[in-house]
Amino acid sequence: MYSASDLKKGLKIEIDGDPCMITNFEFSKPGKGQALYRCKIKNLVTGNTFDKTYRSVEKVNKCALMSRDYTFSYIDGDIYVFSDNETFEEALLSAELLGDLKHFIVDDMEVEILFHNERALDITLPNFVEMVVAETEPGARGDTATNVMKPAKLENGYEINVPIFINEGDMIRIDTRDGSYADRVSKG
Amino acid sequence: MITDPIKARDVLMRSIRTFFYERHYTEVETPIRLETPCLELHIDAEESGNHFLRTSPELFHKQLLAAGHERIFEIGKCFRHGERGPLHHPEYTMLEWYQANADYMDLLEETKALVSMVWKGASNHWKIWMVSDAFQEFAGWDPAGHYDEDRFDLDLVDKVEPAIKAVGGPVVLKDYPVEAAALSRKKADNPLVAERWELYIDGVEIANAYSELTDPVEQRARFEECALQRRALGKAVYPIDEHFIQALESMPPAGGIALGIDRFLMLMMGKTSLDHVLPFREKSGI
Repeated sequence: MYSASDLKKGLKIEIDGDPCMITNFEFSKPGKGQALYRCKIKNLVTGNTFDKTYRSVEKVNKCALMSRDYTFSYIDGDIYVFSDNETFEEALLSAELLGDLKHFIVDDMEVEILFHNERALDITLPNFVEMVVAETEPGARGDTATNVMKPAKLENGYEINVPIFINEGDMIRIDTRDGSYADRVSKG
Repeated sequence: MITDPIKARDVLMRSIRTFFYERHYTEVETPIRLETPCLELHIDAEESGNHFLRTSPELFHKQLLAAGHERIFEIGKCFRHGERGPLHHPEYTMLEWYQANADYMDLLEETKALVSMVWKGASNHWKIWMVSDAFQEFAGWDPAGHYDEDRFDLDLVDKVEPAIKAVGGPVVLKDYPVEAAALSRKKADNPLVAERWELYIDGVEIANAYSELTDPVEQRARFEECALQRRALGKAVYPIDEHFIQALESMPPAGGIALGIDRFLMLMMGKTSLDHVLPFREKSGI
């Protein structure tokens, strides 16, 4: 348990069983009154943020977060299945939880999954993933210095902007942190 | 406009002293290491060997009033354990002054005069809000006669103070519930409230003023009640300062006020954290 005076920005705590993070923190002590700790809190499961003010006598649950290394194995409907690198136990993550990251998960990719108790909360992919361009307008030959971008589709249907010189069949590197084109790995 | 906080502080100190000298105040010095810091429910003293560092010079100033000094002021460091944030530093500079045969409203006029003299850019539009009215408007209840400490503190911080900040400029909250009177006297025509006001400037609490309690019997009873509450919270209980209680018997009616110099300087300089104006500071807990 944390005391209210231990609270600070960035601290992860547990409220009503949900993992939460303090995103803003203010020490307050009005007039002759008691010390109050005003927090903005983000629920790490729902993403909702809310205000909560703690009195100095209040206790706050610690949040047991743990991350483990997994390897992607297969997709079953909307469920992405990963296996623990050490125990081979499976972890099931929904497409909803993965959000846009689901587009960048490829065979045998090694990932880090963050758990609260036994519940998967978040996943971290390698910063870059290599994927093949499936559809795009033909590229302008030799024009590798330009910043002009054009739309393209990957094999899995993900739409991405690529430089004008990229052709169908090219292997490109994508930054998984923002889903943007990074560079060309090889020509198709 | 001076942008160096060291120089700005020097100018502020000189003008504050000039203000009080012109009004025939005596500048006094009182002890910093005490055996018996003032008992207040939520103010914790820093230990200093077998003594404590003062949280306020209040008890000594009242002894000086009892000894016949009618207008006194002091500028000095006070210390409060465990208080750190943008608006709190465990060691800070307090201006404290007392005037015999005056009450808290006399001191309000004097505070207005002080602020307008030492801070040229300050707003002259002072708003005076009764605590009861402010709570009814912004929190939906009247704490006078229905006091609930937790509810009062939480609503003050979450509802009333944000409203004060939104209005901006100087706002005075006056006539606190008697349970939050601390060392102020009850209002003669309304025993549910005490003659205490707090000044906020731009939403930052800056000063706390009383018509001082001069009844030694009531003062002792309040200290004893406070000691019980502190013990229940597991806080240190300081002995009652008997010299102070004795001095109250000969103390004239008086108004007294404490004003936080560091916060005042911060506001004058348009800053939002004490860290921007303190020349040396403890690691921030922000």
